[in-house]
This record gives sequence, structure tokens and C-alpha cells, in this order.
Amino acid sequence: MPDVIGWIWSHTALVGRTAQEHAILSAVALLLVLATSLPLGFGLARTGRPATLVVAAANTLRTVPSLALLVIMLPILGTGFLPSVVALTLYGLPAVLLNTIVGLREVDADVVEAARGQGLSEAQILRDVTIPLALPVILAGIRTAAVQIVSAATLAVFIGGGGLGELISSGLALMDMAQLTAGALLVALFAIATELTLGTLQRSFARRFGAPA
Amino acid sequence: MIRLEDIEKRFPGQARPAVDGIELEVPAGETCVLIGPSGCGKTTTLRMVNRLIEPSAGRILVEGEDIAGADPVRLRRRIGYVIQGVGLFPHLTVGDNVATVPRLLAWPASRVAARVDEMLSLVGLEPGEFRDRRPGSLSGGQRQRVGVARALAADPPVMLMDEPFGAVDPVVRARLQRDVAEILRRLGKTVLMVTHDIDEAVRMGDRVAIMRDGRIVQCDRPERLLAAPAEPFVADFVGADRGLKRLALIPVGEAASPRSAPAGSPTVDGGASLQAALAAMLAAGAEAAAVAGPDGSAIGSVTLAAIRERARTPPAAQSPAKTGCSLATKAR
Repeated sequence: MPDVIGWIWSHTALVGRTAQEHAILSAVALLLVLATSLPLGFGLARTGRPATLVVAAANTLRTVPSLALLVIMLPILGTGFLPSVVALTLYGLPAVLLNTIVGLREVDADVVEAARGQGLSEAQILRDVTIPLALPVILAGIRTAAVQIVSAATLAVFIGGGGLGELISSGLALMDMAQLTAGALLVALFAIATELTLGTLQRSFARRFGAPA
Repeated sequence: MIRLEDIEKRFPGQARPAVDGIELEVPAGETCVLIGPSGCGKTTTLRMVNRLIEPSAGRILVEGEDIAGADPVRLRRRIGYVIQGVGLFPHLTVGDNVATVPRLLAWPASRVAARVDEMLSLVGLEPGEFRDRRPGSLSGGQRQRVGVARALAADPPVMLMDEPFGAVDPVVRARLQRDVAEILRRLGKTVLMVTHDIDEAVRMGDRVAIMRDGRIVQCDRPERLLAAPAEPFVADFVGADRGLKRLALIPVGEAASPRSAPAGSPTVDGGASLQAALAAMLAAGAEAAAVAGPDGSAIGSVTLAAIRERARTPPAAQSPAKTGCSLATKAR
């Protein structure tokens, strides 16, 4: 077992920089995912054919491996931060988009009908009924997307996007087992922390709205 | 008061109108039941009254006001609405569900809280036990009671009920029908209700309007509908046992005489129906039944012959104005 702790301790500057890059890359990609797929999902949820087409497209996009998405950006956007963020956004987008559409569609039609019949305005129906009821499913999509993005950001190093993948890639090149393991360990910890944080958030919402977690 | 004047609804892409020239008036404090086969336009008609659907032609008055000029959202807060699926908000407590419309109307919190408890008691649910529960933990019958409490919470003069008891089992349904009919009558609500169950229509309605292909084919008091169906479709729809159903609407007193019944006759309560008396006689193999007064002592008797005679007497015909609905459809 290589001395991982010792390696991290003696390379705090490098670890700090790559971790920060990784975090920024993931956060920006996740924010872009939310900024695009939430409005798109809300807009499409009540349409018929357009929603079906978008769901099919999103499902197709989901099958493309993360490495392929990143590498495809090379001839289009070159190397660096921007192509990495674009690729990661495309990678995380389907999960949020699909769950938003499905979550909104699965809200019991009788409940919405009753709300409208009692005299709730369309804005009140959305705010007080549809969103609270769809939220657990939407949050599950956000959680999935976040973990996917954090994991896939490791590969951004291949198109010059930096991040913790750098430790793994140079560890491999130098056959530096300590650096390689440190990189892998940190990426895993980062992904697990993301999963736990968002999982807790999701469960607390589910409890609050009485739906099974 | 609810009044529908020559209401028509055409949906795009459909050759025939879903609702085709309906004239109907539900006088204040009465319950009118719309009934008919699937696709006859009964639910469409109901949903036009709170503007969930807009009519293609005609005029609807609620409490004397033409609803075409009302804001739909405000209008709906003045009209109670109960649907088959109940549609309770699953993420809110029973109390919050019942408080929906009072809160939309910005009642002060203390008045809302008092009203919630009052409504839950009214529909037979102990407020302390049910107020803070979630709809998911209730039985179908309890959920439907909460749905009625929610619809009544802001004391709307008019109620719309779309197959309100369709989702509960028959035993619970009969009890609910009785309880809800009693509540609506006591509160003097004007009710328009939709069902496909003729027994429910006869039990709940002061008037029953039978619909077919978007039109009302007969609108009458339940007893008249059963005694004198206007056409074969109506006779078919109310069922071959309409004679028996009708007996259920007639109190035993209407065929009883002060004579005492022969020994061995069964005894029926004075408040029972002729149908119950007939059933008791059939079960006992007797020709007559004693009728008991409130204190349980016999006050008279009813015979098979008297029941047959009463069943032969048609109920008095009423003028269209008096029945509250006319069969007049526009000239075509």
C-alpha cells in the first residue's frame, strides 16, 4: 500500500488546486444542467408529442459514454474549461430533464382537477400542488446528475479541463502509485459526499411532503 | 339556484355536440341528479357550471348571475366541488385540505381552525383524531368524507358533485349517500350531481334528469321517473325492477290502514318504505304486516293488496315549471 496520506500531505497545493478545479467544473456543469433542463422539463411536461420526442432524445444522450462526450468536444470547442463544462452538462442533463417531466406528469390528475375546481389559480396549483408533489422525483434526478457529473469530471483532464483526474493521469504516466491512489481516493470521496448530501436533502423533502422516500 | 339555458358544447373534431341544447333549473336548496350512459354529456354539463369547460353556446346562471362574466377562479371558490377520485392533496394534512378554500378567501386563522373542526364533525370525523392525519392513512369512505368537508368549508350555496361515491364499496356507499344527502338537505345546498348509478340518483335526487346523446330525455321527481318513464330508453335505463325501486320511495303510511294485522304477520317500523314492508311480508309468507309507531306498539297494518293498489296509482304529474326542468329543446 503506497503512502497516500503522506503524498497528499506533501502536495497540498496541487491537491488543493485540482480539487478546486474539480469542484468548480462540477458545480458550473450542474448549474447549467438545472438552468436548462428544469425550465425545459416544466415547459414540456404538459405537451404530448414534443415531450415524447425530447424524452427519446434524452434517453439516447444518456447512453453515450462520458468519455465519448468529452472527446467529441475536442474538434468542436478545442481544449480547456469550456468544452469540459459543455460535455459534463450534456452528460448530466438527461437525468434531470427526464425526472422533471416524469415527476410532473405523475402528479395525480384528480388532485390537480380538485385544486382547480376548488378555485386555486394556475400559479397556485403549480406552487402549492404540482411542484411539491413532483419535487421528490425531480430531486432524485438532480442527485443522479450531480453524482454522474462529479464522477465524469475526472475525465476532463483528457481535454485539458483539469480537476482531480490530473492526479490519476500523471500518476499513471509516472507510475507514481501514491499519486494515482490519492487521485482515485479523492474522486471517490467527492462522489460519495455529493451522493450523501443530496440524498439527505431529498429524503428530508420526501418526509416533509409525506411521500415514501 | 343553478340555471342552464340552451347550453351547447361542441368539442373540436367531433361531428356531434357533446351537450346539445340543455335546459335545466335547479331551484335553491334542491338536489338535481344528472344520469345517463357514458358519453351522454353529463360530466361535461356539470363542469361547465364552474367553468372547467366553457360552453359553445347558451347561458348559465348561478345564484342569478351569468357566470360568463365571472372570474373563473373566484367563481369556483363560491361553488363546492366533489369528484370521484376525491383529489385530496396527499402532501397536506386532512385539516389543511379542508382549510383550502377558507384560506384562499383569506379567512383569519382562528376562524379557519374553528371551521375545519366544525366541518370534520359535520361529516362524522372526530377532529382531534383526523385533523393532523394525512389522506394516505384514511379509508376510501373517510377520504370521501374529507372531500365533502373540503367542498363545504367556505359554505358555498351551490355544490357540484361528480360521481362522488363511485370509488367506495357498496356498503360504505349507501351509508355515505344517506349521510351526505342529510347534510346537504339540512344546510339547504343547491346541488347538481352526476352519477351512473340509478339507485344513487333515486336516493339522492329531488329531481333526476336522464341524459342521452347530449340531451335530457326526461327530468322528473324520482318517483315519477320510475312510475312513468317517458320513453323506452328511460324505462330500460331505470331498470326492469323500477316497480320495486319505486316502492322504496313510498313511506309505508301511504298504504297503511288503521286495521290491525292478522296474527303471525311481521311488524315493520312506521318510518319504513313499502319496499321494506313487502320484503318483510315475502320473508314471512304473510299477506299483511303490522305497522309499529315510534313507541313500538302496532298502530295499523298494510296488506299486499294495498301495496299493489298504491303501486298502480301514478304520482301526480307536474308542470315543467314545477319540476324545474323542461324537455323543450330548440327547434331543429
